[in-house]
Amino acid sequence: MFNYIVRRILIAIPTLLGITLVTFVIINLAPGNPAQFQAQGIMDTRVSIRVYEQLSKYYELDKPIHVRYVKWLGRLATLDFGDSMSTDRRKVTDKIKERLWPTMSLAILSIGFSLMLSIPIGIYAAARQNKLFDTLSSTILYALYSVPSYVMAVPLILLVGVQWDLLPFQGMVSDNYGQLTAGGKVVDLVKHYTLITFCFSFGAWAYYSRFVRQNMLEVLRQDYIRTARAKGLTERRVIMRHAFRNTLIPLMTLLGLLLPEIIGGSVILEVMFNWPGLGRLFFESMMARDYPTIMALSFVTACLVLLGTLLADLSYALVDPRVSYD
Amino acid sequence: MTERLQKAKKPRHSENYWLNVWSRVRRNRRGFTGLCFVGFMLLVALFSPLLATNQPIVCKYQGKWYFPAVVELFQSRGTGPHWINKSPPFNLPQFDAKHQLDPQAFAIWPLIPYSEYEQTANFLSPPNRWHWLGTDELGRDLAARMIHGTVVSVKVGFVSMGIAALIGIAVGALAGYWGGWVDIIISRIIEIVICFPVFFLILAIMVWLEPNIINVMIVIGLTRWTSIARYARGEFIRIKGQDYVIAARALGIGHLRIMFRHILPNSLAPVMVSITFGIASAILLEAGLSWLGFGVQPPSPSWGNILRTAYDSLGVAAYMVYPPCVAIFLAVLSYNLVGDALRDAIDPRLRKAA
Amino acid sequence: MSENGLLLAIKNLRVVFYTEAGQVRAVDGVGLDIQQARTLALVGESGCGKSVTALSILRLIPDPPGRIAGGEIIFKGRNLLQLAESQMRNIRGNDIAMIFQEPMTSLNPIYTLGEQIVEVIKLHQRLKGRPAWEHAIEMLRLVGIAEPEQRARQYPHQMSGGMRQRVMIAMALSCSPAVLIADEPTTALDVTIQAQIMDLLKELQQRNQMSIMLITHDLAVVAENADDVAVMYASKIAEKAAVRDIFAEPLHPYTQGLLRSLPRLGGKRRRLEVIPGSVPDPLHFPTGCKFHPRCPIGHADPRCQQVEPGLLEVQPNRWAACWYAPGYEDKINEK
Repeated sequence: MFNYIVRRILIAIPTLLGITLVTFVIINLAPGNPAQFQAQGIMDTRVSIRVYEQLSKYYELDKPIHVRYVKWLGRLATLDFGDSMSTDRRKVTDKIKERLWPTMSLAILSIGFSLMLSIPIGIYAAARQNKLFDTLSSTILYALYSVPSYVMAVPLILLVGVQWDLLPFQGMVSDNYGQLTAGGKVVDLVKHYTLITFCFSFGAWAYYSRFVRQNMLEVLRQDYIRTARAKGLTERRVIMRHAFRNTLIPLMTLLGLLLPEIIGGSVILEVMFNWPGLGRLFFESMMARDYPTIMALSFVTACLVLLGTLLADLSYALVDPRVSYD
Repeated sequence: MTERLQKAKKPRHSENYWLNVWSRVRRNRRGFTGLCFVGFMLLVALFSPLLATNQPIVCKYQGKWYFPAVVELFQSRGTGPHWINKSPPFNLPQFDAKHQLDPQAFAIWPLIPYSEYEQTANFLSPPNRWHWLGTDELGRDLAARMIHGTVVSVKVGFVSMGIAALIGIAVGALAGYWGGWVDIIISRIIEIVICFPVFFLILAIMVWLEPNIINVMIVIGLTRWTSIARYARGEFIRIKGQDYVIAARALGIGHLRIMFRHILPNSLAPVMVSITFGIASAILLEAGLSWLGFGVQPPSPSWGNILRTAYDSLGVAAYMVYPPCVAIFLAVLSYNLVGDALRDAIDPRLRKAA
Repeated sequence: MSENGLLLAIKNLRVVFYTEAGQVRAVDGVGLDIQQARTLALVGESGCGKSVTALSILRLIPDPPGRIAGGEIIFKGRNLLQLAESQMRNIRGNDIAMIFQEPMTSLNPIYTLGEQIVEVIKLHQRLKGRPAWEHAIEMLRLVGIAEPEQRARQYPHQMSGGMRQRVMIAMALSCSPAVLIADEPTTALDVTIQAQIMDLLKELQQRNQMSIMLITHDLAVVAENADDVAVMYASKIAEKAAVRDIFAEPLHPYTQGLLRSLPRLGGKRRRLEVIPGSVPDPLHFPTGCKFHPRCPIGHADPRCQQVEPGLLEVQPNRWAACWYAPGYEDKINEK
């Protein structure tokens, strides 16, 4: 078991290096003469020569490429992402740090909620296959699954936020946050979190529910379920102790797989809800052509995803006895 | 007695694999509905200049016949038959005026007699008799813009996934067929690319590029090949071990020919499923990019930037929200349905018969 | 046959499956008797309905698509088919236990062997905790597993097929059931292991005075282990008798064909005998006697082609369903 953990972590290291390499390659996507690229109509005319010169200095484009890569790796190790090119000129690392929690809290909350809600639905639908609950929930979940998060968000904002005026949809806190009582602050936060968390999570929720149902159905077809019934166990025990525990295992790997989707969706949603997170920072950096921040964000999010996948794999090893003894 | 028992049954129809798949998909009601809607979208996209433009389809004016919309259809699709006349624009109000001048004038108008760029005076008006879906902030007819936005979605869906498929199949085939170091390296690369959230990756590349539909298609194609590659790789590995491939090698057939002629056609089924889902995701991505402003730029219509306009004018133009949302939803839903139907149809049980 | 006492009687059992292609009568009017401390072998080719019969006793037929459409199964004075589900659960694993064909997949991969055996012990007996665990280890020892204390903490994937089947037997026997249903218990195992498992079952039967219903298609296993035999063909019983009688003088042409097709050592070298044709498609059973298209006697006989012979007791404790079985005509005339 310990070997497995160590091996898994070791395998992650080249992937990490690979991420740095890909990010580095993208940074250097605009080498050479920007004027030439502009003439060919490939590169955006808004990349001015001045910006290019700043970039050259930061990334030391005059030095040979392997030297640049190594120096850049060194900077990464100390989490020095340079200075932002946006008007505020602050250190990129600081900007990321302050935006990290709003996005991560959303990701954690949405994974948590979708898991908690989807497991009962999936199990119940599988247990009562083809009865009313199953067919009804299948259809609704399928529809939800096909709705992109922003397509759900806009009508939701329209109805709940504007027309019915039930919940706020801009920012993380209200303007008068500072003057609220402690309890008031909590309520305010919850209200602001509601809509955006829902938009973040309903897609994953639909996906998990369908997955749990599907997997449960397959598991219920297995021979060992027949053995369990032949032993005289109640149907509930068969489903919860024998079938569900086997479904839990692939569900863990699924978590790791969905993480990049969730983080990726944060850009549009955070812009829509004016949420002070990494996604909106990314958008702002794009508008300002703030390349160091863009690169830093790509790198950081990729690492977060790698971390998430790693954790998912490790928890898989913990839960599935067939793995431990390899 | 033995003769009677040996009466064999003649097969009633050809057991072609893809025909089997097709008939299974057809029988799947949901998948077939999805397929119909996809076909509908394709038709709308193909004939968009006939459906929504400010020129009549056919008209007779001053004794001569004109086919302006038809000409526009051909011209926008690449070719132009020169022998059909297209006269100066016949906008609706102007034509009414001309009608008064020439009582013999007659025209058949397209379903939505507005172009997607034409600005009228009644901006931000809700759906009414003249503008079935309403107008946007510049007075452009929303229905016309939605119809022309379909073209964008269809194009992006197919072209970007075409690119992704080419890259994905090539990479997956190499990894699956050669195995060894090639496979290890390629699998690593795929793992690494997957770590980047797709949207972040696409945006990071788009930041250097001119935001237009071509670049969007290319960038989506360049970033979405990974899942196709994985399926292709899996299939190549599986088929590589089949007897007919080993037999081909024993006959001395070269690697490239084996890959193209023997393995590739048999590996396409799960790859097709992946491509279908990929088209849905490409449409999503393009709409998202356009919403953010890094995709198709106004005044060109795209469902994404129509949604953006709707979002910007939420308080005053609630009606604008629904058409793009419904359109994107239906498009994604139908591709998902088709993909699922395909996946059910290429069930491994069917594969054993192939 | 000694009257050990009738423990379980199946009467006129009918099981139907509803499929896309139509209704399939998997079991059509089957009657069987299981005597105390004796082994009844239910023999037949794949698809004749023997497994379905066995599953029906414990009411484990998946519904949908299957349904027990009629008949009675009398066990200790009660009709199992009329019991409530909770009462059935009391019987499963407790009074009647079952082991299955595929030991590789019949154990839950994520629980230890000990946990799976303890589960059934805790369910049906008043034992908990330590005593339950001890009992499980005892059972493992009983079925011949060395070092049972260590093995009990291991997982199924760490054991071979033969050992897993032993574990299944241990689990099935842990509550000392009166009847053990063994559905092709050795088909998936090597020949040498087969012999060991069958010996184990015989030994345990002796110990507990347990009845065994053995489902198999292997006549050699039947010859070595059964006391009574029932031959099944196409959802019906073709012949029933004690094992010596069946092998000495089979009455039904199907049984005769089965026995003839066994290769024999020594003697003249002849071609292997086969029963021509193949088992009929359950959706399209032949009219009349279901065996008639393959029967040397019946394929040209109009009566065999049109009228299905019922199962009659043509001699004391010898039943056959064939117009041409010796004593059959007399039996009909008697009625």
